[in-house]
Amino acid sequence: MSPTGHLGFTPIEKDSFAAGVAARPDAIVADSGSADIGPRPLGADLGHSPEDWQRRDLELCLLGARELNIPLVIGSASDTGTDRGVDRYVEMITDLSVTHGLAPFTLAAIRSEINLNVLASLLGDGVTIAGLDGRADADADTIARTDHAVAVMGVEPIAAAIEGGADVVICGRSSDSAIFAAVAEARGGLPRASALLAGKLLECASFCAEPFMGKETVIGDVDAEGVTVYPMHPAQRCTPASVASHAMYERIDPFSERIPGGHLDLRNVSYVQVDERSTRVTGASWVASDGYGVKIEGSGKVGERAIAIMGIRDPYTLSRLDEVLSWSRMKLAERFGSPDQRGYQVFFHVYGRDGVMGPWEPNPVVSGHEVGIVVEAVAATPKAAEDVCALASRNLFYARLPDVKGTAGGASFFSDEVLLALPAYEWTLNHVVVFDEPGARAKAGGLFRTDRTVVATSETSRR
Amino acid sequence: MKLVELASTIRSKNAGVDHVTFDIVFRDPEAFRITVESGAVNVDSVAALFRLSRERVASFVVFEPAQAIKFTLRRARPAGSAGEPDPFGSQCYPPLFDLEIL
Repeated sequence: MSPTGHLGFTPIEKDSFAAGVAARPDAIVADSGSADIGPRPLGADLGHSPEDWQRRDLELCLLGARELNIPLVIGSASDTGTDRGVDRYVEMITDLSVTHGLAPFTLAAIRSEINLNVLASLLGDGVTIAGLDGRADADADTIARTDHAVAVMGVEPIAAAIEGGADVVICGRSSDSAIFAAVAEARGGLPRASALLAGKLLECASFCAEPFMGKETVIGDVDAEGVTVYPMHPAQRCTPASVASHAMYERIDPFSERIPGGHLDLRNVSYVQVDERSTRVTGASWVASDGYGVKIEGSGKVGERAIAIMGIRDPYTLSRLDEVLSWSRMKLAERFGSPDQRGYQVFFHVYGRDGVMGPWEPNPVVSGHEVGIVVEAVAATPKAAEDVCALASRNLFYARLPDVKGTAGGASFFSDEVLLALPAYEWTLNHVVVFDEPGARAKAGGLFRTDRTVVATSETSRR
Repeated sequence: MKLVELASTIRSKNAGVDHVTFDIVFRDPEAFRITVESGAVNVDSVAALFRLSRERVASFVVFEPAQAIKFTLRRARPAGSAGEPDPFGSQCYPPLFDLEIL
């Protein structure tokens, strides 16, 4: 049973969750991670979703799973899956079990944060940290620009925890589909192909059903040949179109799902409507790889950030907007030196022209009567970012154009203030380390560290 | 006829931190067939539409199970970097609406 595609991001819908529990599934599995939230939560190692939403989603899942005495697996704890995220979720689960006086159960926590020294020593040992998605391989500079990194776990450590008797598994960064596959393999004894197919289809919960609804529960019946998926919200249906459409969601290649140890081949998959609200999916195959490739995600701080919000209404000024922006950049260089030399960056996000799409905008012209400009500045210190932002925005106001009628200010301030924004981070690592020597899986396994605890309402004892 | 009149879903979304992927889904099998056979949506036409070189189109596939055309563009910088617009990649699809199919 899959109640949400991102636990804690917005609350799980209660009614379809209750319907799901009433259907007596064999496990509840929920992913809590996403890279959509940007690089800052990982780089700064901070939570992104409000803690009380995370706690409330965990509470629903924990109570449902303990009521049925079935495994609960939570992936990518607290958005990023760092050790902080795992620790926090373990604390919440422990607190919730006390609050609700739950009977003792076994909790496994699998940490997957990867120490930057470990990455550096891998490089030192001549291991390739290979760039994904067209990136260059990592070097010492890549590691130096990284503040936090996580290794993305596959099926093996999670399945081992469940086989070892864990009732609740809190995972660090983990593949969305692997957290489902682990349960189907460890509890159902099912082959990798259908176990992973189940994960692939269920990982975003109601996104595989139609009409579009978020945070509603769906269930997958998994067997050796495939998966039958159906929604718990009475107004949703799983159709071949909705399920196939989800199978390609957020992926470059709709025919392949890669996790450590191989990939799921989806080229011969068929989608068949089995009743009004259920679709059966079969025909996936598992292709094991020679090595054991573990994806590494990393993020590092770029600088402090400040923004200002401006508007321009004068049609003459709008017709010569690029000159206005150039004037501002020129005044910045005059005062602070060039961005490259002095380590600052400034961006003009021109809403009403190309603010949404930037250089991809096919029609980057002002066709309305006004634009909004978000001036974004990044520099080494908060004061430097503030100063760059202030000078950049004020020089939109003072920009010199030959025939402007309004001579008391060429732009409107949202208010004459610079807003200190949260620091800028960047995704420094989207890489893979392939362990291909003998004993590769064991060596890769060292990246994923499992602790088991018995959670009891009166005491918590460590095994 | 424009793509927006033929497709039932046209969407864009991050595919990892370095790419934005586009899904054009057809409810009507005939509309799907017409669009695919027209050849109007192809690597060169989408590269030109988004003012990118051909090399930035990381993949282009016709995905029959979903009656869909799917292509993926590489970002200039990773999602969520300073200055990089649309961190989810969720509002990059509208220029596709006006592609002339026939």
